[in-house]
Amino acid sequence: MITILNTDIKPIQSQADIVYVRQAVRDWALKLQFGIVDQTKIITAASELARNAFEYGKGGTMKMESLQDGFKKGLRLTFDDKGPGIENMDLALTDGYTTGGGLGMGLTGARRLVNEFDIKSAPGQGTTVTITKWK
Amino acid sequence: MERIPILKMGKFLLVTIQVDMHDRLVMTLQDDLTHKISATGARGVLIDISALEIVDSFIGRMIANIAGMSRVLDAKTVVTGMQPAVAITLVELGLALDGVQTALNVDRGIMLLEKLIELEEGGADLESEHDHDSEH
Ligand SMILES: Nc1ncnc2c1ncn2[C@@H]1O[C@H](COP(=O)(O)OP(=O)(O)OP(=O)(O)O)[C@@H](O)[C@H]1O
Ligand SMILES: [Mg+2]
Repeated sequence: MITILNTDIKPIQSQADIVYVRQAVRDWALKLQFGIVDQTKIITAASELARNAFEYGKGGTMKMESLQDGFKKGLRLTFDDKGPGIENMDLALTDGYTTGGGLGMGLTGARRLVNEFDIKSAPGQGTTVTITKWK
Repeated sequence: MERIPILKMGKFLLVTIQVDMHDRLVMTLQDDLTHKISATGARGVLIDISALEIVDSFIGRMIANIAGMSRVLDAKTVVTGMQPAVAITLVELGLALDGVQTALNVDRGIMLLEKLIELEEGGADLESEHDHDSEH
């Protein structure tokens, strides 16, 4: 059974907030005693998803949850925006696909960096991406 | 406006990134470096990222852009000090940073830049002993 130990919500309304998101994720990963590689991976994934929520989703929030599942500890992050949503999910989840002049590696890269990845989006209704990294 | 300082050392430009940069600061650095390469005729650019805890797709793109830009302006780019965890994460993220040279630390980065320039000026003559090759 998964228990939620702690929870917090951070705004993603500016470029500065993307920096704060990285710092908050780092703090929590440190508290959960993540190793340096796992720490780096979850911060990097969070940076990608926060930027997407800001750039494409017109801003949103990140919910942070520290988890306990038996002896395992984990960090779950949920990025939520009320932007235009993603019309073609298959395309958005293809390496190199971008509508914003990026590298198109944010979503697919973030997915590779974590243990669990879930994305929900409907045109006109925003996008929610949930990632979990287990220690 | 907040800026990352760019130092000129002989024919090289040196940048040490010490802070977690927000995206606009990253763009400003890219522009500043490009201008400074062309204004000074610098032959090499060294970017030390040993203090950076992550390199995401945005910073990765900046590094690739700077390398591409300096290539056009006839300068070499070397990135130094990338932490192992950052390198591992970059690969998994899917960023190859093609055409970007890396070195372990600033000292080796400078040596690599010297070497790259020497190789280029030496033309087809690839022997490294020719330290004092005269200019053509
Ligand atoms: N929160 C979001 N709301 C709406 N569209 C999104 C959202 N996140 C991603 N997308 C769409 O999915 C595409 C792929 O996103 P991804 O993060 O993989 O690449 P990118 O942001 O374009 O470039 P990169 O992240 O490599 O700089 C985006 O170009 C955009 O069209
Ligand atoms: Mg992105």
